[in-house]
Amino acid sequence: MELADISDLLDESHFPHILCAGCGHGIALRAILQAIRKLNLPAERVVMVGGIGCSSRVVGYVRMDSIHTTHGRAVAFATGIKLARPDLKVLVIAGDGDLAAIGGNHLIHAARRNIGLTVLCFNNEIYGMTSGQYSPTTPPGSMSATSPYGAIERTFDLCRLVEAAGATYVARSTVNEVFILTEYIGRAIAHEGFSFLDIVSPCPTYFGRQNRLGDPVKLYESVKDRTVRAKAATKMSAEELEGKLVVGEFVRKNPPEYTAEYRRLVAARGGK
Amino acid sequence: MKTILLQGNEACARGAIAAGCRFFAGYPITPSSEIVEAMARELPLVGGSFIQMEDEIGSIAACLGASLAGVKSLTATSGPGFSLKQENIGYAAMAEIPVVVVNVQRFGPSTGMPTAPAQGDFYQTRWGTHGDHPVVVLAPWSVEETYRLTIRAFNLSEVHRLPVILLMDEGVGHLRERVELPEEGELAVWERPKPKEPPDLFDPVAHAGEEVPPMPPLGAGYRLRVTGLVHGSDGFPSESPETVAKLLRRLCGKVEGKPELLQAEEEGTDDARVLVVAYGSTARGAAAAVREARERGLPVGLFRPVTVWPFPEARIGELAAQAGEILVPELSLGQLSREVERAAGRRVRSLTRVDGNHWSPGEILAAIEEAGGWS
Ligand SMILES: Cc1ncc(C[n+]2csc(CCOP(=O)(O)OP(=O)(O)O)c2C)c(N)n1
Repeated sequence: MELADISDLLDESHFPHILCAGCGHGIALRAILQAIRKLNLPAERVVMVGGIGCSSRVVGYVRMDSIHTTHGRAVAFATGIKLARPDLKVLVIAGDGDLAAIGGNHLIHAARRNIGLTVLCFNNEIYGMTSGQYSPTTPPGSMSATSPYGAIERTFDLCRLVEAAGATYVARSTVNEVFILTEYIGRAIAHEGFSFLDIVSPCPTYFGRQNRLGDPVKLYESVKDRTVRAKAATKMSAEELEGKLVVGEFVRKNPPEYTAEYRRLVAARGGK
Repeated sequence: MKTILLQGNEACARGAIAAGCRFFAGYPITPSSEIVEAMARELPLVGGSFIQMEDEIGSIAACLGASLAGVKSLTATSGPGFSLKQENIGYAAMAEIPVVVVNVQRFGPSTGMPTAPAQGDFYQTRWGTHGDHPVVVLAPWSVEETYRLTIRAFNLSEVHRLPVILLMDEGVGHLRERVELPEEGELAVWERPKPKEPPDLFDPVAHAGEEVPPMPPLGAGYRLRVTGLVHGSDGFPSESPETVAKLLRRLCGKVEGKPELLQAEEEGTDDARVLVVAYGSTARGAAAAVREARERGLPVGLFRPVTVWPFPEARIGELAAQAGEILVPELSLGQLSREVERAAGRRVRSLTRVDGNHWSPGEILAAIEEAGGWS
């Protein structure tokens, strides 16, 4: 795959950015901009909505409409935007803590409605912005600032969560495989209904260090070691899949999208 | 003018539509649910959008998203839900997003008494969200005024780009009255400032000196940059002390010292020796008591703040200077009276009530007579 020129989509005026050296979030942002370019989407038709967290901050570095909202609420803000302007491509970019902990309710309900948002979860398995506390995706046994003796909580598989809630495009990829990642992001954006992509994006500063996973390169290698393609996963036992990151596309279907349904209702009632 | 029988909550919904509101997101809660239901019914008929969200936090967030897209937005709730909205009310103040939030007060704290009237959210409407912030709060006392104030709430919210709260109470929300609604177009409808420049010539920094900078809608090529972080006029986060102070002072300056925001009604205040201060449904009983007293020739006056925040402290200060006693009946343990004392610079007679009932005119009249030494 060729890399397109995305310099006009990126606003470098306030660089250096806030991300740490080795953070995966910048790779994920580049993949998003690449996907937008590949789809030939005009910048004015895209709105990027972030919550609060390191991941959510990337929306402030694009030359597009960008809304940096409140912690956990990006999906709800985006719901209002999409309902008011169904013609826009509304992208939500937020972390695992933002989307699955404080914002979990909005996430599952947006999936249930099948409203045409593209939710891109930058999953670093930790709360990065607040210095490394455990999140709903922190693997059991992991060290974090709030699990100093090892995390004992079970994790969400975010893809299965949103699938069960009704999402109509669901996939997972990692920043180790940018071409596949870019491809999935493109499909998620092009999708009419609610699309969700779990993007595994390591945090060397807080997850890597606290779990003694070595330098960023070693951390990325550990993610690679945990990565299993969906097809291969079907042949593995539950024990073998423990702690693994199953990547691939899990759901692709096209029931009616929410705002289109709403507009049909309005038209039937004589509204415009 | 057309005369109809209308409920306060329904009047609010009608006023919103007349003000150009075309987006509602809400979550049902007594005693505000009739507003949600009316908006669900009416908005599709005028091409607007309604959504019942999963909670009150999501409701105000969706409203802010729609408002950013250029659509006037309303949400309505009561105490428990109003508490949930607080964080995003602050976001609206910081990011300068017009939105109208209705709080039909009920008895609290907590689930309290869902169908009992109360006025215990007086301070929460002003100071509910964290940090110094601008907010305007309007409190109707009748069905017709609910209609008019809903339109005014939208107007102020739009032109000043800030959250405006319509502070109703169960008494007013569930009240049914015969009202004369103005014809469409009779009441002025104001719009938010929009940039005159096309997107490629628009530079937010060029508007840095303006108290209310123009607000481009998203999805029009303006490349909006919105954040709840302290930011410079370019929309980028900033922690430079100068930028921070300038932003906070400009935001709060939208309401502080702005007499044009203040609206109040006075009756018999010219010669009042006993001044009654009351708002919302409590002011109905107070007005009846004051009229009765004046018919008996007693020098009694009523001051009814319609804009309750910013608080009409200058006028109350003037009236306090001439009145002997000040009487403040309310359905709380003295929230309004504390504020009146601050404005008056002295103690007032606080009539507190937290039993779930309204003040009757007779009870207020008795307190007036006692205050004036006429009993
Ligand atoms: C209501 C609220 N609660 C808590 C916080 C503090 N906070 C900011 S970001 C964050 C979590 C960030 O983690 P995540 O969403 O996973 O994103 P990351 O920084 O790891 O990319 C928290 C708890 C906040 N800003 N607002």
